[in-house]
Amino acid sequence: MRASKPEPTDRARSAPTPERIARAWARAMAGTSYVSMSRRELHSYLSGLASRLLSAATAETFEPSVGYEVGAALVDAHFTLPTSLDRTLCVLAEQLSGAGTPARASALQSALAAGYAQALRDRTLAEQEEIRAAAMLARSEAEAARWSSEARFQAVFAGAVIGIAIADIDGSIIDVNQTTCDMLGYTPAELRQLAVERFIHPDDAPGVRDAYQDLLRGEREHFRLEKPYYRKDGQAVWTDLVVSLIRDQEGQPQYVVAMIEDITERHHLQIRLRHQALHDPLTQLPNRTLFFERLGQVLDDAEEDARVGVCYLDVDGFKMINDTLGHDMGDYLLLGVARQLHSKVSGPGQLVARTGGDEFVVLVERSAGPEQLVAIAEAALTAIREPVQLGGHEITVSASVGVVERAADTTSATELMKAADTTLHWAKRDGKNRWALFDADRHAHEVAKFELSASLPAALERGEFLVEYQPLVRLLDETVMGVEALVRWRHPKLGLLGPDRFIEMSEETGLIVPLGQWVLGEACRQAAAWQRQYPEIDLVTSVNLAVRQVQDPGIVDVVSAILSETGLDPAKLQLELTESAVMGTAGRPLQTLNALAGLGVRLAIDDFGTGYSNLAYLRSLPVHSLKLAGSFVAGLRPPDSPDPVDKEIVATLIKLAHTLHLTVTAEGVETPQQAARLRALGCDTAQGWHYAMPGAAEEVIALLNPRSTSDAPTLDAPTLDATTVDVTSGSAAPKSAPATNGRRPGAAPDGVAVPTSTVGTASS
Amino acid sequence: MDRRPTWAPEDVDVERPSIARVYDYYLGGSHNFAVDRAFADRVLRLMPGTTTAAQANRAFLRRAVRHLCEIGIRQFIDLGSGIPTAGNVHEVAHSVDPTTKVVYVDIDPVAYAHSRAILADDPHTTVIRADLRQPAEVLADPQLREQIDFDRPVGVLLVSVLHFVSNEERPADIVAGYASATAPGSHLVISHASVEGTTEASSEALDLYKRSSANVVTRTAKEVAGLVSGLSLVDPGVVQLTQWRPESPDETTSWEEIPVLAAVARRE
Repeated sequence: MRASKPEPTDRARSAPTPERIARAWARAMAGTSYVSMSRRELHSYLSGLASRLLSAATAETFEPSVGYEVGAALVDAHFTLPTSLDRTLCVLAEQLSGAGTPARASALQSALAAGYAQALRDRTLAEQEEIRAAAMLARSEAEAARWSSEARFQAVFAGAVIGIAIADIDGSIIDVNQTTCDMLGYTPAELRQLAVERFIHPDDAPGVRDAYQDLLRGEREHFRLEKPYYRKDGQAVWTDLVVSLIRDQEGQPQYVVAMIEDITERHHLQIRLRHQALHDPLTQLPNRTLFFERLGQVLDDAEEDARVGVCYLDVDGFKMINDTLGHDMGDYLLLGVARQLHSKVSGPGQLVARTGGDEFVVLVERSAGPEQLVAIAEAALTAIREPVQLGGHEITVSASVGVVERAADTTSATELMKAADTTLHWAKRDGKNRWALFDADRHAHEVAKFELSASLPAALERGEFLVEYQPLVRLLDETVMGVEALVRWRHPKLGLLGPDRFIEMSEETGLIVPLGQWVLGEACRQAAAWQRQYPEIDLVTSVNLAVRQVQDPGIVDVVSAILSETGLDPAKLQLELTESAVMGTAGRPLQTLNALAGLGVRLAIDDFGTGYSNLAYLRSLPVHSLKLAGSFVAGLRPPDSPDPVDKEIVATLIKLAHTLHLTVTAEGVETPQQAARLRALGCDTAQGWHYAMPGAAEEVIALLNPRSTSDAPTLDAPTLDATTVDVTSGSAAPKSAPATNGRRPGAAPDGVAVPTSTVGTASS
Repeated sequence: MDRRPTWAPEDVDVERPSIARVYDYYLGGSHNFAVDRAFADRVLRLMPGTTTAAQANRAFLRRAVRHLCEIGIRQFIDLGSGIPTAGNVHEVAHSVDPTTKVVYVDIDPVAYAHSRAILADDPHTTVIRADLRQPAEVLADPQLREQIDFDRPVGVLLVSVLHFVSNEERPADIVAGYASATAPGSHLVISHASVEGTTEASSEALDLYKRSSANVVTRTAKEVAGLVSGLSLVDPGVVQLTQWRPESPDETTSWEEIPVLAAVARRE
């Protein structure tokens, strides 16, 4: 650094003043160091120092230490950069030359330099000391803060009732607390030797490993799950685990912290509750819920072509055992059955469950085919037939089993069990103590029948039923002496249905009563119409009465009401009753029959010979006629020679009837031979396709139009000879031809026999 | 445990240069370590004017504080106060009124420790350690609130610190955070590294800062005005540091020599 420019010589020669020195000094010092003074303050400060220096230079007694003090004062004012000293010495060398002796000036400057150096050295050392002390203080404070933070952390860590474990991102366990150690049965040192990987449990949820990897990559901050750990002793500990990521200052994953809560008890309680919810408390077998859960799983998880099966088992007569031996014994029996089933038919892939009171089910998860299921059903039945000791009694029970086996992808749990239920009922209905295998055709048939049965009442409401009539022919002269009214159902989808399709089920449901009444009313109305239209014809209309109708207490009133309503002559009505309706053990049938007979109607016993008629009783009945069962008449049908036994029976029955003054009607007469043979045996009346199919009222009346003959209507037998139909009696053959003009073509395409010649003149 | 999780308190690291101690060195102080001086010397080789700029910055601080004292402000918050050195705020203020309250705020643990050691016996000064980028936390400090009465005007000093705050840290919001907490009549004092006057060499020096200690963001006069947009600039507005109310006209220097802006703004 260059010294400042010397002052002009004329001024140098004059005596220096503090002011002059300060001006030059301040100018030279500007910017050399940082001093916190304004220019005026600086000038004033330096002026003071200059004054002291001048005084020292010119004093009587020279004190060079003033220079030393001024040097120190410069440092004190924070002229701490060496340039400040440099400039000072240059300025003073010139400014002090006019004051005192050169020796004094030189001494003052030397002292100033020494004082400055000493002060700067002191200041530097002091500041260094201060900053070092500050750093140490800062450090010790940070240390204390860290210590208290760590102490806090250690207290939390050590005292926490949940386990805490810290691992690095390589999977090494760095630290664990005592709770973790207690929970897992290791010492801290042992745990630190283990990798996190070691604690993966086979029961861990599938996503756990991925979640952990995501965490290590920093893609998630934490995850939570319930998971089991193996203790050192091999026992499982169930835990609620929260794993969190700790990042370093740059945000990179650094540590993984696991918070582990022991929930083993809760877990076991859950398991126990679940077990209770899914098992039957009596037998400890899986219950209905578990069974359906498992079945659902099996169906959901089924591979292609997989088959599944169930044996649905019900103890036969269990209610009786319960009722007679008491519920305790009943329970004991069920327990025995459960044990037998459990030991004999349960196994891998074969779940035995108790689904209801005395109902058990075996689920075969992977069926090899119906044979396997049947074998299991057999085994179950055998197991159940083992005698059981019950309160000192040895009791043997049986069971019925419904077996269903089908492709897993074509069924649902509900369908399967519905089918099993149906099949179990088949086994029961077929006689119990057996198995039944589900049969789709049988089931379909039953369903159709059920549906038909269910739609009967509505069909009656809608007027879907109609009545046809089949002539009853006097064998002696082959004149039509009556008709039998036969009901038909014009089903909107299935077409015309004969009584064999619906009478039995309507008897089961009880609909036979209103249906029969409707038929009776309809037939009587028609008969009355005929009676008015053709008063000269003596025609009996025969109507069937079902057992339930006869048993109905109001039947007499009903018949009476219909007769008076229609105006039909009671003598023109014949009621056909079955043997079972007539031969009831109670007194009521006889009263009913007497009352009906009292109305003046004829009574006939239908299908005579198929029941077990009490012949002595028969004698006292107010019956007018017997109708021979078609099975006997069928024996007379073979063209070459009749069945000798049937022939003899028919002959005997006719003889018996005649002995009792009853007339005899043969049903199902289909051939001229039959007619001839019956006539030869003395049978009075016949009906059947040999004479005429059942037909609509107007068709039937055409056969006996009084204008065709002056006498009673006659069927021209020869015309019927070639027209027999090989269908069972009573079933309705389709009748496509309209009967609008009361005429039907002879030898119709459907093979229906009609007396064309007689009818041919009818409309002319 | 050899490896300590990051939630443990930080170390006091004297192996890295500290902004506060490096600044002390520029001002001729010895409150610094070899690492600070080595860093400062590298900056000085690129920007020899730094010493002058530091002195000028200190002189601005003195002028601004004096000005505020003259208009009656008797309490100051010096944010990013650094190492106490000659001409500290309380010295300047106390030369006017010895009861003036001053709170020094710095995050540097050593600067904080040193400031406390120096000011321990002064009842009118307080030192707190806090991050000036968190106004709410700073203003909630109980020691600060004990010293400062927010119902009266405050001088908030942000001298040579805002250029260490990046735009992402929203410096205007930080400034507003302080301004909104103070009473009308309060003043904000700002000095800030300027875009204007920044040379290639000084850019290199700023890079040096960026690598070693703190990122420096230079801003334009307009941007600095934007930082105090809700306040009224006191004359002469945002100007080059030495031109802010110089004691005499010949004391001003060029942009090239001292590329620093200064402003004082008043809360109305």
